[in-house]
Amino acid sequence: MNWLTNFVRPKIRALVRKEDVPENLWNKCPGCEEMIFHRELAANLYVCTHCGHHLRISAEQRLKMTMDDGEYQCIELPETIVDPLKFRDRKRYTDRLKEAHNLTDMQDALVVAHGKLGGIGVVMAVFDFRFLGGSMGIAVGEGFIAAARLAVLQKAPLLVFPSSGGARMQEGVLSLMQMPRTTIAVDEVKEAGLPYIVVLTDPTTGGVTASFAMLGDIAIGEPGAIIGFAGARVIGDTIREKLPEGFQRAEYLLEHGMIDMVVPRKELRDTLIRILGLLRNPTPAAEIVPLTPSEAPHLAAGNPKNKNAGKKREENPTADE
Amino acid sequence: MPTFLDFEKPIAELEGKIEELRHLDGDGEINIADEVSKLQTKADRLLRQTYAKLTPWQRVQVARHPDRPHFLDYADVLIENFTPLAGDRFFAEDNAIIGGLGRFCGYSAMVIGHEKGKDTETRLHHNFGMARPEGYRKARRLMRLAERFGLPIITLVDTAGAYPGVGAEERGQAEAIARSIEVCLDVRVPLISVIIGEGGSGGAIALAAADRVIMLEHAIYSVISPEGCASILWRNGEEAIGAAEALKLTAPDLLELGIIDKVVAEPVGGAQRNKEATIAAVGEALEKVLREIIGVEGGVLRARRRERFLEMGKKGLG
Repeated sequence: MNWLTNFVRPKIRALVRKEDVPENLWNKCPGCEEMIFHRELAANLYVCTHCGHHLRISAEQRLKMTMDDGEYQCIELPETIVDPLKFRDRKRYTDRLKEAHNLTDMQDALVVAHGKLGGIGVVMAVFDFRFLGGSMGIAVGEGFIAAARLAVLQKAPLLVFPSSGGARMQEGVLSLMQMPRTTIAVDEVKEAGLPYIVVLTDPTTGGVTASFAMLGDIAIGEPGAIIGFAGARVIGDTIREKLPEGFQRAEYLLEHGMIDMVVPRKELRDTLIRILGLLRNPTPAAEIVPLTPSEAPHLAAGNPKNKNAGKKREENPTADE
Repeated sequence: MPTFLDFEKPIAELEGKIEELRHLDGDGEINIADEVSKLQTKADRLLRQTYAKLTPWQRVQVARHPDRPHFLDYADVLIENFTPLAGDRFFAEDNAIIGGLGRFCGYSAMVIGHEKGKDTETRLHHNFGMARPEGYRKARRLMRLAERFGLPIITLVDTAGAYPGVGAEERGQAEAIARSIEVCLDVRVPLISVIIGEGGSGGAIALAAADRVIMLEHAIYSVISPEGCASILWRNGEEAIGAAEALKLTAPDLLELGIIDKVVAEPVGGAQRNKEATIAAVGEALEKVLREIIGVEGGVLRARRRERFLEMGKKGLG
């Protein structure tokens, strides 16, 4: 922790926080502009009940809806240098960071947590777009590496949910270096023989796409998510023609062979559990085959020494599970 | 006729005067030779002074100077028997990235780099050094080929960035760059990069995740172009000068940040004023670094390369 999070943030938050005043109870869908009651939206996993638009969600919401029973443990991100370039555009970078801290109550744009998914221990690294557009700087890179190492340590699959505009410009070339750094982290997971699954959520662009996000063993897109390298505006300016319908949407990438599947949020948890099961438990579930007395006379019911033999076997089904 | 940059105007004027005097008749009363040599001294001094304190934005312009030596100029001089190899084996040949076998200082090597072209025709042919996915896939293929034969890899980086186009996106620009970075970090042979002009974003790091990164004095290396940064953060593309300063994209800054290992000095007035000397200086620096790491076992090289990147970003600018 540094002075920003320890001192400045609580002070500012104390000033601006309103005590439990309910915020807007109605949300406007960015897709169809219909109003949706907040409880209804939450119950529908933040998918518009009118048009099916998948709204952007916070890292916390993502973890809660994905992990078993919404339970998980976050790890603290490693401490990193803040504002290495003393960057200032119209605002100071440190001020932008403070605003983002206050808005999200997060250390940076990434949350790393471990928990269970379908009973399988997993590590999840989840981006939060509200924190400076989910951009990747040193803190995110370090967090990503920590997530990969935790996965290796726990022999757990790594699941990553990018939602990011790309590299964090305010950290200059140091943010560019997070591309090779996160790539190394991905390879550490793969070399440990662990699944690395990426769920590309809206938006996944720039340096994030061109590094760890496109290196998944399995790549899943959320419906309608923008996924690409160059921004549509930049491309439009370069080629000076209209972009094709649905350009850079998850469905478009699926059609062009860039991702494995597009999965609606409601089915995502089950899909992940199914994939993890297939990758983690590759052999047939062992059946309990009762031994005949001739094969195992010492287990025979008639043998008074083995009264509880059958029961014990049931409790102890196989070594595989 | 050399191309003068905006900030070189005073130098251009002096050079113009010198040219005029040289064409004057020699039998006048003033001693033309004397006058010319005086002006020349003045012009040289001005050039030296200007280039001794280039601003980041001026460096951006020098790094993009059309007369700077490009990949093929280096390959011509430094690489014996250069044998370009084409194609990504999936879709197409991308001339924005050239790669091939050749001999550097007696060692067989794989030499790969962006080529911007030197006139309208060749610039179009090389797509101004902006590669599509096929370029990165070719680079990946060639790096693996080099690894198979235990050859060191040399990459020369000079690109404004990966090409932003519909086709490039459809064919997986991001994936191609990501895999190229992955292969750079994985090969068990020496990999040395030189940023010779523009090190533009993902298109640059795709070839520059190397054991050692050398950079020319006035080259730039950045996560985004100053113009792009200005239009996003300042919401005004005119602020590119300020963005160039804020981004810390110059060789001295990157050396201090530990992103690069060595800065190669350029001739007075920039690489564009003396291609031969620039190419020779790059060759010398490359040779020195290659001899340092050529004997190191592949697995050790790979482990150290990874460590080098994992260590980055621990310190900022003082």
